[in-house]
Amino acid sequence: MASELGFERPIVELRDKISELKTFTNEKEIDLSDEIEKLENRLQQLEKDIYGNLQAWERVQIARHSDRPTTLDYIEYLFTDFLEMHGDRLYGDDAAIVGGIAKYHGKPITVIGHQRGKDTKENIRRNFGMPHPEGYRKALRLMKQAEKFNRPIVCFIDTKGAYPGMAAEERGQSEAIARNLLEMSGLTVPVICIVIGEGGSGGALALGVGDRIFMLENSTYSVISPEGAAALLWKDATLAQKAAESMKITAPDLKELGVIDDIIREAKGGAHRDVQSQAEAIDRIVSASLKELEVLSKDELVNKRYQKYKKIGQFTFVNDTNGVE
Amino acid sequence: MLKDLFTKKKRYATIPSERAKQEVPEGLMTKCPTCRTIMYTKELKKNLNVCDSCGHHHRMTAYERINSLLDAGSFVEYDKMMIGKNPLDFPTYEEKLEADRVKTNLNEAVVTGEGDINGFPAVVAVMDARFRMGSMGSVVGEKITRAIEVAIEKDYPFLLFSASGGARMQEGVLSLMQMAKTSAALQKLSQNGGLFISVMTHPTTGGVSASFASLGDYNFAEPGALIGFAGRRIIEQTIRQELPDDFQTAEFLLKHGQLDRVVPRKEMKKMITTILDIHQHA
Repeated sequence: MASELGFERPIVELRDKISELKTFTNEKEIDLSDEIEKLENRLQQLEKDIYGNLQAWERVQIARHSDRPTTLDYIEYLFTDFLEMHGDRLYGDDAAIVGGIAKYHGKPITVIGHQRGKDTKENIRRNFGMPHPEGYRKALRLMKQAEKFNRPIVCFIDTKGAYPGMAAEERGQSEAIARNLLEMSGLTVPVICIVIGEGGSGGALALGVGDRIFMLENSTYSVISPEGAAALLWKDATLAQKAAESMKITAPDLKELGVIDDIIREAKGGAHRDVQSQAEAIDRIVSASLKELEVLSKDELVNKRYQKYKKIGQFTFVNDTNGVE
Repeated sequence: MLKDLFTKKKRYATIPSERAKQEVPEGLMTKCPTCRTIMYTKELKKNLNVCDSCGHHHRMTAYERINSLLDAGSFVEYDKMMIGKNPLDFPTYEEKLEADRVKTNLNEAVVTGEGDINGFPAVVAVMDARFRMGSMGSVVGEKITRAIEVAIEKDYPFLLFSASGGARMQEGVLSLMQMAKTSAALQKLSQNGGLFISVMTHPTTGGVSASFASLGDYNFAEPGALIGFAGRRIIEQTIRQELPDDFQTAEFLLKHGQLDRVVPRKEMKKMITTILDIHQHA
């Protein structure tokens, strides 16, 4: 079994027990089928209790799981003829963001996403999926190209955040992110954004302005990492778990806050348990969204996208009890 | 420990004792943090809060800024009564908002409105770092977006003075989304051929630096202003090396091609007037 997380231990232990009993039955020819059935029922119940009721911190752990499928995994399942394109034409090529052109059900598409590594070596090469300005500028270049050739854009979001480094600041990390927000809001082609792992702050949002925003069930999307929030608010990074609970960063939270359009269900225990069916679930929602968006004129598309973001936020007016929006 | 006496410790700001507070009336004198000159607060205010001996730009409140730029009596404020809610039910957030409203006499961290600058009409938004560190939550995002929409409607230039620690933590992802909302409004303004002048004042960091503040047709900053995306401490921890002293200052950004100009406060109104004049004759 894939490396399990702490809260999954009871499930794993029970599963081990069941298989132990099964081996025992086979070897010694003693009938333990009643016992096994009882345990299997209990396992089902336990899985329902644990996976059906995941807390924010448990979802954070799943979102960060080293086996969790990445952008390139989904690209392989969802698209054909994918050709990766490199470089921002200004400074360099950032391996923390991948992008290129492909076919989606026979039609041209541009796909872009954060890319983290699955092992230490790849993570170092890809800077743990934390982009520099050239990553955002490459993404923007590919998006403007998609707009020119009138093909839709799919963005996969999976980053702890933009890289906090000296070189990143020197080359204008702020400007690169800000520019993407501005330009993405005006793109005249459909843009679909899917948070597949961690959606960390501005570094995530810089690929996240679109017509439809979806989150995988166990992904997170937040203004700051739980560790960062804990350090900032309570001066103690070890309170990350508490921060995760209070910051409202899970897919159900964001649905309730009106930030995302829908949640994409995951296999029991997380997307890494069944990449194929996860890709199929993504495929269904992307197909349906494109169908809805393709009939809109360019003006309608941009106006609707503007209205979508315009209505996010909560405020009221002093001396006006009805002014709640 | 005895050896603690001999090691050089970092100096932190000290809170004056009760007795000291009684001896020196609050706010009568101001000490410049750069050159340590002690001066009359009144004199400092007359000098646009710029230290006479070293040129250090002290913070300005939103209304001080507006008075320093706009022609007297021309300012009309928008959405003054808009206040924040507590969308995440974040513990003590409402109390903190209320405390800052009392402390600053402001309802939120940005003041928006319209007025004239040497006769040129403009929509302005001025942030105030005293209110929740000038952080951007729903209200800041909404007020700025609405101001930009008025600028589009009236075909006025839009001027923004940022002073912000970034996105407001207590409103979580809703704060993050204000970055997209304000940037989308600026995209619309830009499509309409509208002019946007961004002036970054101390400090302009995080989510504000990574959204509207960096999106001006002209990006300016005041001397010495701290401007950047990630915090200095986080970067030092990440790369494990000390950063240069001028890192993330206005001058550092100018050197790295991220700003059009660094503009001393005393020249600000004149320069903005020149730009508005040039654009009017376009």
